[in-house]
Formats: sequence, structure tokens, C-alpha cells
Amino acid sequence: MAVSQPKLEGAANLAAHFTVPTGAKWANDTRANALSVFNAQGAPHKRDEYWRYTDPSALTAVPTAPAALFSNDEAPMFDGIDRVRVVFVDGIFDADQSDDLTLSGANIETLADVTGADIHWAKDLYGQLEANGQNPVQRPLAALNTAVADQGLVIHVTAKCEKPLAIRYVHSNENSDAVVHHVIKIDEGAEFTLLESGAGAARFNSVLEVDVADTAQFHHVRTQGRDHERKTVTHMFGRLGRESVLRSFTMTVNGVLTRNDAVLEFTGDDAQATVAGACAGDGTGFHHDDTVFVTHDSVNCESRQVFKKVLRNGATGVFQGKILVKEDAQKTDGYQISQGLLLDDNSNFLAKPELEIYADDVACSHGSTVGAIDDDALFYLISRGVPRKQAQDMLVLAFLAEAIEEIDNEELAEDILNRLAAWMERR
Amino acid sequence: MLNIKNLQVGLEEEEKQILKGVDLNIGEGEVHAIMGPNGSGKSTTSYVLAGKDGYEVTGGSATLNGEELLDMEPEERAAAGLFLAFQYPVEIPGVGNMTFLRTAVNAQRKARGEEELSAGEFLKEVRAKAKSLKIDADMLKRPVNVGFSGGEKKRNEILQMAMLEPKMCVLDETDSGLDVDAMKLVAEGVNALRDGKRSFLVITHYQRLLDHIKPDVVHIMADGKIVKTGGPELALEVENNGYADILAEVA
Repeated sequence: MAVSQPKLEGAANLAAHFTVPTGAKWANDTRANALSVFNAQGAPHKRDEYWRYTDPSALTAVPTAPAALFSNDEAPMFDGIDRVRVVFVDGIFDADQSDDLTLSGANIETLADVTGADIHWAKDLYGQLEANGQNPVQRPLAALNTAVADQGLVIHVTAKCEKPLAIRYVHSNENSDAVVHHVIKIDEGAEFTLLESGAGAARFNSVLEVDVADTAQFHHVRTQGRDHERKTVTHMFGRLGRESVLRSFTMTVNGVLTRNDAVLEFTGDDAQATVAGACAGDGTGFHHDDTVFVTHDSVNCESRQVFKKVLRNGATGVFQGKILVKEDAQKTDGYQISQGLLLDDNSNFLAKPELEIYADDVACSHGSTVGAIDDDALFYLISRGVPRKQAQDMLVLAFLAEAIEEIDNEELAEDILNRLAAWMERR
Repeated sequence: MLNIKNLQVGLEEEEKQILKGVDLNIGEGEVHAIMGPNGSGKSTTSYVLAGKDGYEVTGGSATLNGEELLDMEPEERAAAGLFLAFQYPVEIPGVGNMTFLRTAVNAQRKARGEEELSAGEFLKEVRAKAKSLKIDADMLKRPVNVGFSGGEKKRNEILQMAMLEPKMCVLDETDSGLDVDAMKLVAEGVNALRDGKRSFLVITHYQRLLDHIKPDVVHIMADGKIVKTGGPELALEVENNGYADILAEVA
């Protein structure tokens, strides 16, 4: 089908708004290819099937609408966790605010620093998983990211890292329009934990490509900044080798528009992946979309998608989750649950769970529910003397906790839960 | 302690009168029982006292130590000293039993202007009280009532009662779904809380529970009213002859 003129013009405008970096010979071809893919696909449009529930116009507008800065006195996210800290301000790496990029078991460079290299290992990963992820569903904003990003981290993990790397994305300019692209290669048997937090910019487009080799592990915990007017689109592309583990959790509150895509592919047997999210949305401006695509192409792999959204005052939550089980992916165990908790009649939860299965010996299940606070549970708590608002918060936290429990690290899970509880108390 | 005068209650969502003028006076330290056939309004009485949504009070009053309960929010009633042990305690996934109990105890203390219990004080107290009710550490850690057996749920209600130290306890069919041993254990828990000041209203279908929790006064409720009041012997009469004789007598 021909791509419509407005989509093509949208892509041309957006591409012209950014600059394709030059200098890194290893990346030139990849960037040029990604740009032509983006231009050929056109900018995403709300009439596209994949953007049916989420209007992407705020993500494609040129220039981006400004977003007011958000500030309060709370400590930076993950403050109590021993970690290597990296700061990006409006999408640009800030060496002064960051720790030294040294972490035992990993080699960490910035994308800007490796730009001068003619040859770099990242050539085999940068833009490659993203390109694989363009089929069967087009992801134009990820292609754009690959084409124009000159900021991000390039990480090679060779052993089990003792502490996590924590990236904080600071939003300091009301008009910033950031594009950040990270690539992480985790060698056989190695383990790496990535923490991310913060809004990052008025408009933030991030791509994370992670290649998890045989028996390697990748753990990912992310909170997206509370700036009310921020627009965010993220893509995580993950490739999982034999007996590898990938666990990703995202907590989202505030923001006017958030679209988080996760695209995972099992290429080795006996691997496990979890993508989970907890989201609290408040107000008609709030729109949050989790879109997940998991491809099983190997034997005896397990995938879990667990998404919980609490919505009120006209907020909208979206979940599009797909499990594709290819013909030879026998013994696949695919699980998918998405639940919306609506605190009033004005809010919306839209879910599109999909299973596409070509193997005959698999266990796949999916469920999607939407409901209100359980009146009986609420009355039970109140009748014991817990004030109504506090009782409601307890039930909301309990609801979200089921997604937070997917984090395979008690300290981090507790950190997230405590932060969420504190946010609710301040409201 | 608890004075209910001419209490009239209907359902909010349909035209149906359930309580048609209930009068009940429970003095300090007294144990009263309400018995009555299904649908007579016993459970409704307990829910209306506790402040559950869905009921419309069309007349009368219910005061606890002179304070009008019906004007208060449910959490205020609890802080004022009212406690309802539920017939069907609700399972609440994701909320830890211990967290819930501590939140409730401290919310009530705060509402009464008392100092909150520290984590250490609370833990010490809850462990001692749980032990006497044969509630193990695992039950305390689990989410509220989730995966509890019928007996465990009722024991958990009594544990909450023991921790919250209410003045007026309403037990709504606490014996339902319990075997004899579980009922004894629950009754012992209740009896341990009888201190001459705390009052109890025990709602039940059966005399059996009243063998273990001995009432001072027994009321028979039928069709939204107290139709007969007497001593413990009234419960025995019900057990032997059913409600039909009593209802025929008062009709």
C-alpha cells in the first residue's frame, strides 16, 4: 500500500529537524540506511494500525511543544542504591555530573566518543536489532533514532557486574528535543543491571538495543520522569541467547504522552524474558501506551508480560501485547496479563492482547481486565479505622505491586514501591 | 454503651425497608446476642452500625457512649471504639496482614490524639496476641486473608479486635463456616477480651456459639425488628423449638 503524502511529508519534516551525524565510519551506512527506512515508512500517524490507540502527533510535531520543568525536593531516584551514576541533560551526556565510566566487568563508552572511530564492535549491534525489529511491524521513530542519534552509551559487558549502572535523564530546557541511543552487548555468562530515571527532555526519543548472549543476564529498572508535559517514546530491542535472562520493569507517572515499545526475540533455547510495567495516570492529558512484541523462535523459552495501570480524572492507558510463536518454538511458555484500575468513570484502559502461534506444543495464556476499586476491600480497611484516602492508596499500591514484584531484586523493588507510596502521599 | 433507637433502614438502590424500628440498649461490659431467621435484618444491623455503603437510614439513631454513629464516617466509628467482625472477611491481595494491622492501629491512635506505636512495640504486641490465637508468623506476613481457611479468617478478625481494643464489638455470624475446634478457639479469643467494660453484640443463628460466649441478654429479631428479649434461656428455646413458636407467640 502506498504511503500517504502526509506521512511522507511528516517524515521529511522530522528528518530535516535533526542532523544525521557524520564522522563515525562504522556507523555511517547504518545511519544512512535507517534514514531511508524512516523516509520510506513515513512518520507514524494515528490512522496506522499500530498507533490506533495512541495519537503520535506530539511525537512527530516540528518543533516539539515545550514542556514545563518539574522540580521538587525529593532525592534522585535510586539514591540509596550503590551504583555508577551517569547523567544526561536534555539528552546530552554530562561528564561533570557523572561518575567515571568505570565498572568492573563492563567497558562503558559514550556514543559521542566512539564517533571518531573507523572501526568499532558496536557496528554489529548499533541499529541492527532495531532493523530486525522493523519486521513485521514498522517502527519509524526507532529508525529515525538510529539515523540521527549521536548521544548514548555503548556498553560491552564481559563479566558479572557487582553494581548497576544508573542513568539519570535531567530535563533542564523547556524546548529540548532529545534523541538517545544505547547499545549493550552482554557476553556469555555475564550479568548487567541498568537503571534509568528521569524525563530527559521536553520530547525524549530513546532506543536501547541489548544483545544478551548465552547464559547472560540483563536486568532493567526504569522510572520515567514526572514532568507533566513531557512526551516520551522509547524502544527496547532485545535478543536473547540460550539460557539467558532479560527482565525489564518500567514505572510511569505523569507525562502527557508516553509510548514504550519492547521488542524481544528469543534466538536460543531455554531463555526467559519478562517485561513489566506499573503506571499511575492522572488527568485528561495523560496517555500511556505499552506496546510489546515477543517473538519465540527457539525451544522451551518463557516470556512474561505484566502490566498494571491505575487511571483517574480522564487518563488513558493502552496495552498492545503480542506473542508470536514460530513453527519450531516448541515448549514455549508465553504469559501476558494487562490490568487497568479505573478510579472514576472518565478514565480509559484500552488493551489489545494478541497471540499468533505456529508451534503445536506450547502453553500461552493471556488476560486483560479492567475494573474499579473493590468496594468490599475498601470498606474492610476503612472499617478498621484506616482513613478512606489512605485505604484507597493501599489498594492502588497493592494493585501495582503485582507488576513491581516482577523485579528480580528485592532492594530495587522496595525502592520503587517506597517511592510510589511517597508520591501518592504527596498528591 | 450502644443505644439503638427506632432504627429504620432501607436499601439505597431499591425500595425495600429492611430494619423497621430496631431498639437495642447494651450497657458497659454486657454481652448481647441477636438471633433470628434468615433475612430478618441481623447482618444489616451490623453493617449499618459500621457504616457500609448501600443502605439508607430513614429514621432513628444509634449512639456509642452518647455519640451519634450514623453521622460519622466508618473510620471515625472505628476510632470511636466500634469494631465489626465480618461474617465473610475480605481477601485483599497485595496488602500485607501486618502492614494493614499496623496502619489501622496507628490511624485509630492518631485519630484519638494518642501517640502511634513504634514498629518494635507493635511487633511485640502483635506476636503475643497472635500466639494466643494460634496465628503463626507466616499468616501475619501473608496478604490480608489471602489463602486463609475459614477458621484462619475468623481468628484473624479476632486478632484485629485484640489489637484495636475497641469498646464495642459486633460479631456478625462469627461461627459460620467453623468447625467445633475452630469455634472454641475463636470464642476463647473473644472471652479473653471480656474485661467488664468492653461490650459485645453477637449475631448468630445457633445456640452453639453462645455455649462458648455466654450472653447476658438474648434478642430475637424478625422482619426488621427485635420481637423478643430474654436471658440465655431464650437461645436454648430457639435451639429446641426453632423460631416458629416464638414468632407465632409475638405475632
